[in-house]
Amino acid sequence: MMSAIDTATEIRPFHVEFAREDVDDLRRRIAATRWPTEELVADRSQGVRLAALRAFASYWHDEYDFGRIEAVLNALPQFVTEIDGVDIHFVHVRSPHEDALPLLMTHGWPGSVIEQIDTVGPLTDPTALGGSAEDAFHLVLPSLPGYGFSSQPTEVGWDLARVARAWAELMRRLGYTRYVAQGGDVGAGVTDAMGRLGSQGLIGIHTNLLVPALNNPAALPADTEQEQAALAAIKTFQTTGNGYFVEQSTRPQTIGYPLLDSPVSLAAWMIDHDTDAYYKIEAAFVDGKPSGNLTREHIADNVTLYWLTGTGASAARSYWEAYGGDAPGAGQALPKEVQVPVAFTTFPGEIWRTPRSWVEVSYPNKVAYFNEVDRGGHFAAWEEPELFSAEVRAAFKSVRNGGAS
Amino acid sequence: MTSAVAASTEIRPFHVDVPQEQLDDLRGRINAARLPSKELVGDRSQGVQLATIQELARYWVSDYDWRKAEAKLNALPQFVTEIDGVDIHFIHIRSPHEDALPLLMTHGWPGSVIELLETIGPLTDPAAHGGNADDAFHLVLPSVPGYGFSGEPAELGWGPARTGQAWAQLMPRLGYTRYVAQGGDVGAYITDVMGRLAPAGLLAIHTNLLVTTAAAPGPVETDEEHAAAEQTKTFRTTGFGYFLEQATRPQTIGYALLDSPIGLAAWMLDHDTDSYYKIAGAFVDGKPTGNLTRDHILDNITLYWLTGTGASAARSYWETGRDQARAAAQPTPTVDLPTGFTTFPDEIFRAPRSWVEAGYPNVVYYNQADRGGHFAAWEEPEIFSAEVRAAFKSVRDGGAS
Repeated sequence: MMSAIDTATEIRPFHVEFAREDVDDLRRRIAATRWPTEELVADRSQGVRLAALRAFASYWHDEYDFGRIEAVLNALPQFVTEIDGVDIHFVHVRSPHEDALPLLMTHGWPGSVIEQIDTVGPLTDPTALGGSAEDAFHLVLPSLPGYGFSSQPTEVGWDLARVARAWAELMRRLGYTRYVAQGGDVGAGVTDAMGRLGSQGLIGIHTNLLVPALNNPAALPADTEQEQAALAAIKTFQTTGNGYFVEQSTRPQTIGYPLLDSPVSLAAWMIDHDTDAYYKIEAAFVDGKPSGNLTREHIADNVTLYWLTGTGASAARSYWEAYGGDAPGAGQALPKEVQVPVAFTTFPGEIWRTPRSWVEVSYPNKVAYFNEVDRGGHFAAWEEPELFSAEVRAAFKSVRNGGAS
Repeated sequence: MTSAVAASTEIRPFHVDVPQEQLDDLRGRINAARLPSKELVGDRSQGVQLATIQELARYWVSDYDWRKAEAKLNALPQFVTEIDGVDIHFIHIRSPHEDALPLLMTHGWPGSVIELLETIGPLTDPAAHGGNADDAFHLVLPSVPGYGFSGEPAELGWGPARTGQAWAQLMPRLGYTRYVAQGGDVGAYITDVMGRLAPAGLLAIHTNLLVTTAAAPGPVETDEEHAAAEQTKTFRTTGFGYFLEQATRPQTIGYALLDSPIGLAAWMLDHDTDSYYKIAGAFVDGKPTGNLTRDHILDNITLYWLTGTGASAARSYWETGRDQARAAAQPTPTVDLPTGFTTFPDEIFRAPRSWVEAGYPNVVYYNQADRGGHFAAWEEPEIFSAEVRAAFKSVRDGGAS
């Protein structure tokens, strides 16, 4: 008989299995879509274009293989364990190299573990892909609370710091006493929080979105052309590109209704992220020209995952918790200093192209690695998994030398 | 044979007649709604509460009857006329008093002519509503382009300025050479622009949302002014999501508003805090505030659904943003016409007289009403009508058309 404590910390194997009738219902809803008239502009300035969403819907309904998510995820070791009252789903792939460095990577919004799947090979088994065994990682990919196959929090308070503490507990529970953490988008917020909280066992972080820059862009250096361009890009985002951000931070329940009830509106809401990613995804559907790994099937995988898990509202709530003025965590600043070495990669298509100076101002005396690569955007791991993996390896090379768990 | 010119200025009678299959489809979608888990808070701070939507959905499919709304609209004289390439739907009720003052009133978002219907009696026939025949108006209630039964603009440019210009064509087309204009919400933006354009025949304006605070902020010294500033800040901090999304990505939210009746209802209910709680109270507690009844709320939402105008109405915010950017880049004329304003106590912010005077140099009427909020005409049609009468009393003395 298991004790209560055993039950609570138990790690259970997990398999994805969608009900056939849920898939049928989804396809029926796509076919029954009632469309608005076409936008009145020739670009994305009024939002996701009708031609793009129609192309997405017809691909989704007519061509997409709804068995893909099960096939892709069930090919990997997946688990669920309860932490702080929430069932946390995670993919856990141990490297064939026993002394590999444990690495926890956190996805963002509108993402999921789907966006990281193609980094599993390069990160855990670099020798199979022309890399070296010293670059190997044991990889842990959790689903954020309220996202994908993790359960939905049933109480308020799941801000970035609480997720960061849950991840530290997850790594402890997996037996990893020295590990590194990585993330972009919301995952960068969680990773940044882990660094500031100085989670036990954490020896370094790498992010690919400079989240501290959003707090007070005006305080960042704006001397060079590169700095001025980055500042202008942030301003554009905060002027015309953050409607989804503000809505999710203030009214996640309201936008949650269509995200649960209308597949095309869920798709539109998810595709309408940053300008670079939007045009890349549009090109995949309208012109049949995907950018890197941002293919039609991968995009549809991610949207389908949100739909079938019914997590549009609960994922939106994570913005309310992290950024909303009414959340319990509002105004509670994280520690000012990060406790571990910080590595950062600037991907050129990201919302703004972070200059090295900004990383150094954001993480004084802690920057162990900075690089700017030549391809990839906001969804770097998804779009360019090989390049992204190479960055993660390079980023953690110096901390790895201290020895792995 | 009608000439091209005549055809384009023709005024055609209009009747609402929604095919039954559209109503059946709507009902089917509401019944099939897939709802999210419950919000994690005990108030509206995460948005429209699940219990409110569940009760709205239940009432919508089991008790609500669109045909009653249709009959109510069809009992009124409705017309369509093309102006500047867009078919403009309007209700036109002439007062029994021939020398009544012509009044054009513009609805807002998430509104429609539905929110103005109960003011028709008091405004056009005051004698029958405890008022005085001298207070009568000939009433023109147009649907804003992209809203309700008006056509959707097929090209860019239909911000408040262009709509204001269209209204200035509509009134002479109806034979009105001297008239007044009124509006709240989006209607206040349009009415404000009309005041600045001062088209021939426009005598005065009255609004019940102060749209001048960005360009001409008022003082923040008295308690009243501090309170209004605080309310404005709260709205901009936590109540602004729908505004920003519509102003920047109307097409994206448009997919939700066209495809999911529940999504449309939630988006429309999630306006200001006061009206949200009043509407939630009507559904959940069976306690409507004033005229904000379950049927009236659903008349308006069902109108948006059946006309499929969620995206096109949202685009009007995008256009407003462009108009405002233009206005900021070049000085706009002041409103020299007589201007009236009423502060309803539960509006997003309680505009003090000083703020109204900061925005308008020629304030001839200012009052704070006892009751009513953002949807003042809808919630309190009698008080609202009394305010409109009082606001235009001084200009009326010059004589009507």
